[in-house]
Amino acid sequence: MKLLEVSKVCKSFGGIRALDACSIDVEKGSITGLIGPNGSGKTTLFNVVTGYEMIDAGEILFEGGSITDATPDKVFRLGMARTFQLTRIFPRLTVLENMHVASQREGIRALLSRWSSSQEQQRALELLEFVGIVHLKDLPAGNLSYGQKKLLEFAYILIADPQVILLDEPAGGVNPTMINQLAERIRTLNKSGVTFLVVEHNMEFVMGLCDRVMVMHRGTKIADGTPKQVRKNPAVLEAYLGD
Amino acid sequence: MKAVRITGLIVLGMLVVAFPIAFPNPAVTTIAVFTVLFAAAATGWNIFSGYSGYIALGHGVYFGLGSYAIALMCQDWKIPGGTIPLLLIPLAGIVAAIFALPFGWIALRTRRHAFIVITIATFFIMQLMAYNLRPITHGSAGISLPLPPPSWTGNVFNIPFYYSALAILLFALLTSWWVRNSKYGLGLLAIRDDEDRALSLGVNTGPFKLVAFVISAFFVGMVGALHAYFIGSIFPPFAFDALFDVIVALMAFLGGIGTLAGPVLGAFILEPTQQYFTLEFSNNGYYLIIYGILFVVIILLMPEGIMPTLQKYWIKVRSSGNSGQNEPEEVEKKNKKTAVLKAAKGEEKGQSHETA
Repeated sequence: MKLLEVSKVCKSFGGIRALDACSIDVEKGSITGLIGPNGSGKTTLFNVVTGYEMIDAGEILFEGGSITDATPDKVFRLGMARTFQLTRIFPRLTVLENMHVASQREGIRALLSRWSSSQEQQRALELLEFVGIVHLKDLPAGNLSYGQKKLLEFAYILIADPQVILLDEPAGGVNPTMINQLAERIRTLNKSGVTFLVVEHNMEFVMGLCDRVMVMHRGTKIADGTPKQVRKNPAVLEAYLGD
Repeated sequence: MKAVRITGLIVLGMLVVAFPIAFPNPAVTTIAVFTVLFAAAATGWNIFSGYSGYIALGHGVYFGLGSYAIALMCQDWKIPGGTIPLLLIPLAGIVAAIFALPFGWIALRTRRHAFIVITIATFFIMQLMAYNLRPITHGSAGISLPLPPPSWTGNVFNIPFYYSALAILLFALLTSWWVRNSKYGLGLLAIRDDEDRALSLGVNTGPFKLVAFVISAFFVGMVGALHAYFIGSIFPPFAFDALFDVIVALMAFLGGIGTLAGPVLGAFILEPTQQYFTLEFSNNGYYLIIYGILFVVIILLMPEGIMPTLQKYWIKVRSSGNSGQNEPEEVEKKNKKTAVLKAAKGEEKGQSHETA
């Protein structure tokens, strides 16, 4: 079953076509990789899917329903979470407080409820344990190292139990040991039913982790298949090595 | 620790309540009324600007709207002086809050510097309106409020105003505390740190900001209303006072923006200073020089404001004072610290390894 379907999406910034009739889809329960040279439109694709940018043409479906015009908060509440290429956490809140931002209540209930219920507190601690930074829970998040921030960002989107997680360069700037740990955690979550779409430059990481890899070039998809198939695709070699 | 804090709060509360009885001199109680009023205004301002990080420099609008609302109500409904105008104050606050809805909605389409500029612009538009909408505001002739009854004279004149101001302050503080500890407040703090990120985590940022804006306008409007009744008459440049815009913000910055007690502390320092200078040297603006010096000192020595700096200092003193006794909590903290250090070091090594 297709969880996310992007069909013929176009997006221009001034004269630059960042996305040119780009179509991709993500199977439910998969770990899908999205690669491509710099400037090929990967991050723009993430931005339009999660509601940060409005598209010029095309359609985006999530679980069969249109999210073409949805705002970021709506997309998140439907069950699609993302991380950013440059990690974005709330620096002046503590690590534990960061964890509770994503479990917002609707409307007036937000004003009437405390930061966290005891259940949410329990869950937040479990997730911090899961990514391995529970000992830092009372520190201001701004004091964490770059890698720890990445782990925190990964943990705090999990609290809302998203169905699909879009990771924008999760391994960038993270040391090799942590990269392996991260891959391990992604696999664990995937087994419990979470779908992943991963943008990454680290080929080893992508090829080892993903069941399926799509390659983008100049705002559109040029290849799609298993890591093995993609590696041999002449169009891909052309895109990475050519002109 | 908690017991100490609660006892401290009770003692502080009793001091504030007993103040006009202990110092009945009208010159002193007048200063006290202004101080408590400004503390309430700064606390209200902080609920929006402190928590959300959007610095509003046009809350004089809601101060003025509260002033005019109560003046017009008293005038049109022919309300005599006494306690009734005091009871109308919440209504004046609601009027200010209703105006805040469209103003906030427009201003909050923008962020940061643009937002500040728009709030300032709104302020000047409203001041011009007060001058020029003569059929309603009587222009620069102003409006007089009903005089309190003759029984309110001498030492007792200030008493009802003082306790009304205290009630507004208490209400504002309770609201601020409540917001700070609610899921909603956490959303506001998230907006302060990274609005787009908060949005992508399901925080409905638009309504969040607007509600905080309206709540703060409500409190500032009530302060404006009581202020107008206390002074006895209103004129456009004093009801819509550009200095007010800045002063509430400065009070919050001085005490500690985004903290619960900071704005109150800021007001308790700045307002008596200003009033004292006005009394001693008449209204010639010497206090502005003192303000300037004070702010340079504060920004150089404690840029986060007084409260956060003291808190940090307090934690430091406590942990160094207890180092010999090895309280379990402290040991745990230390262990954590070393663990953090180790983790950070380990990672640095890993990263340098990677780059090498």
